[in-house]
Amino acid sequence: MSSAVDPVIINLTVFVLAVVVGYHVVWNVTPALHTPLMAVTNAISGIIIVGAMLAAGPEQLDAGTVMGLIAVMLAAVNVFGGFLVTQRMLSMFKKKSK
Amino acid sequence: MSANFVALAYLTAAVLFILALKGLSSPISARRGNMFGMIGMAIAVLTTLTITQNLIYIVLAIIVGGVVGAVVARRIQMTAMPELVAAMHSLVGLAAVLVAMSAFYNPVAYGIAPLHASNLIELFIGTFVGAITFTGSIIAFGKLSGKLGSKPLHFVGQHWFNLLLGVVMIAFGIMFIFTESWTPFLIMIALALALGVLLIMPIGGADMPVVVSMLNSYSGWAAAGIGFTLNNNMLIIAGSLVGSSGAILSYIMCKAMNRSFFNVILGGFGGGDSEAGGAGEVEQRPVRSGSADDAAFLMGNADSVIIVPGYGLAVARAQHAINEMADHLIKNGVKVRYAIHPVAGRMPGHMNVLLAEAEVPYDQVLEMDEINNEFADTDVVLVIGANDVVNPAAKTDPNSPIYGMPIIEAHKARTILVVKRSMAVGYAGLDNDLFYLDKTMMVFGDAKKVVEDIIKSLQH
Repeated sequence: MSSAVDPVIINLTVFVLAVVVGYHVVWNVTPALHTPLMAVTNAISGIIIVGAMLAAGPEQLDAGTVMGLIAVMLAAVNVFGGFLVTQRMLSMFKKKSK
Repeated sequence: MSANFVALAYLTAAVLFILALKGLSSPISARRGNMFGMIGMAIAVLTTLTITQNLIYIVLAIIVGGVVGAVVARRIQMTAMPELVAAMHSLVGLAAVLVAMSAFYNPVAYGIAPLHASNLIELFIGTFVGAITFTGSIIAFGKLSGKLGSKPLHFVGQHWFNLLLGVVMIAFGIMFIFTESWTPFLIMIALALALGVLLIMPIGGADMPVVVSMLNSYSGWAAAGIGFTLNNNMLIIAGSLVGSSGAILSYIMCKAMNRSFFNVILGGFGGGDSEAGGAGEVEQRPVRSGSADDAAFLMGNADSVIIVPGYGLAVARAQHAINEMADHLIKNGVKVRYAIHPVAGRMPGHMNVLLAEAEVPYDQVLEMDEINNEFADTDVVLVIGANDVVNPAAKTDPNSPIYGMPIIEAHKARTILVVKRSMAVGYAGLDNDLFYLDKTMMVFGDAKKVVEDIIKSLQH
C-alpha cells in the first residue's frame, strides 16, 4: 500500500466530489432561472476549450494541432455565446419598478 | 509556468464556476454569479495560454469563435433559445471528439504518452459521448427550429437496431483499447455519430425539453471524460457540474410530465399521432363563450386574477400585450399574478424568460407549486395559450393518458376565462373538461388580438 496513488483514482475523487457539489448547487437554482442555467452551463461546458488549446499547443503544425485549433474555435463560440446570452437574459429579470 | 501554478489557477476557476451556478438561486444574485463564471473562464483560458505554443493561431481561433458567439448571443430571439442551446451542445460534442482524436494522434503533447489501458478506456468513453452529443443535438436543433419535422420518426425494430448498433460500437471500442489503432477508433466514432441521429429522431416535439436537458448533461459528461484522459481536473470539475445540472433538469422535466426518463427516450408520444386517436375531432359539447369585453368586465371587477400562460402565448407574440393588460388591472386595484407550469415553454424555465423579456416583473410570476393553493380564493383565472397543463383529467380520470401529471389547478377558481383559437386539442391530443365547466367562459380568437381588445375595453 505504499505505492503512489494511480492518477485515475485521483481523477475519480475529483469527479465524484464535483458531481456531489453540482447536485447540491443545481437543486438550489430557482425554476424561474432554469433557462439561464442551461445557457450558463453551455458556456461552462465550453471549458473543453482548455483541452482544445493543449491539443493546438505543440510547436509543429500537423493533423493533431489543426484538429485542436478547430476545437478551440468551436468551444470559443460556446464560451462567448453562452456567457453573453446568459447576461442578456438575466438583465431582463426585473422587480416591479412602477 | 509551473504545473503547480496552473493547477492552482484551475482550482480558482472551478470555484468561480460553482459560484456562478450558486448565484442562480435568485434573480438578484444571478448577474453577479454570471460575472464570476466569466472571470473563471478567463482565468482558465489565460492560464492555459501560458503553457501552449502557436499562440497566434490559438488567439485567432478564439477571436473567430468568440465573434460568432457574441453576434449570435446578441441577435437570438428569446423564443429561439431552445434551438440556440441545442446548437451549442453540438459544438461541445464535436470539440470533444476533435480533442480526443488529437490526443490519440499526439499523446506526447498532453504528457500522457505512452497511453495506458486506462487512458484508452477514458478516451473511448469521452469520444463516443461527444459524438452522440454532436449528432443528437443537431437533430434536436433541426426539430426545434422546424427545419426537420417535429413528428417522431419510427421504423420497425428500431430499439433493437439501436441496441445492436450500440453493442457493435462498444465492441469496436474494446478492439480500439486492445489494438491502439485508428481503424476501430474511427469506426467507433462513425457508429456513435449514427447512434446520436437514431436516438433523437424518434422523439417528438413536445418532449424536446427533456431531450435538450439530456444533451446538456451529455455535453458535460463528454468534457469530463476528456478531462480523465488528459488528467485535467479543470475539465473534470466543469464537465461534472454541467453533467449533473443537465441530469437534474431532465429529471424535473420528466416529473412535470409524469413520465419516466426511459419512456421519453424510447419515444413516440410528443408528435401526437400514436395515442391521439383522431386528434382534432372531439365530440361536440356545449361551451359558454364570450367576448373580449365580457372578459375585461369580469377581470376589471375582480379582486384577484391569475394568468396561466402557455407556449401559445409566445407563438401569438402576446407577451407584451398581456403585461400591458396586467398593468391596467393593477392600476384598478386588482391583484395580478402569473402561474407557470414547468413545461409551459419549450425548455426548462423558458416561459419565465419570455415574460421577463416582456418586462413582466419576476415577483408577479410564480411557479405551479407556489400558487396552486391559492386558486380556490381567486376570482378570475385567465388561461391563455395553455391546454394540457390545466386539464383536470390529470387529477380525476385514471384512464387519461396524462393521469398523474401535476397540473395548474385553474379549475378551482371562481371564474375561468380561456383564450383559444378554436376547440382543437393540445399536444397530448386530449379534450379538456375545464372548457365545459359552468364557471368557464371561452374567448375564441388569436391570443394577441383578444388581449388587445381586452385592453381597449379596460381603458373605457
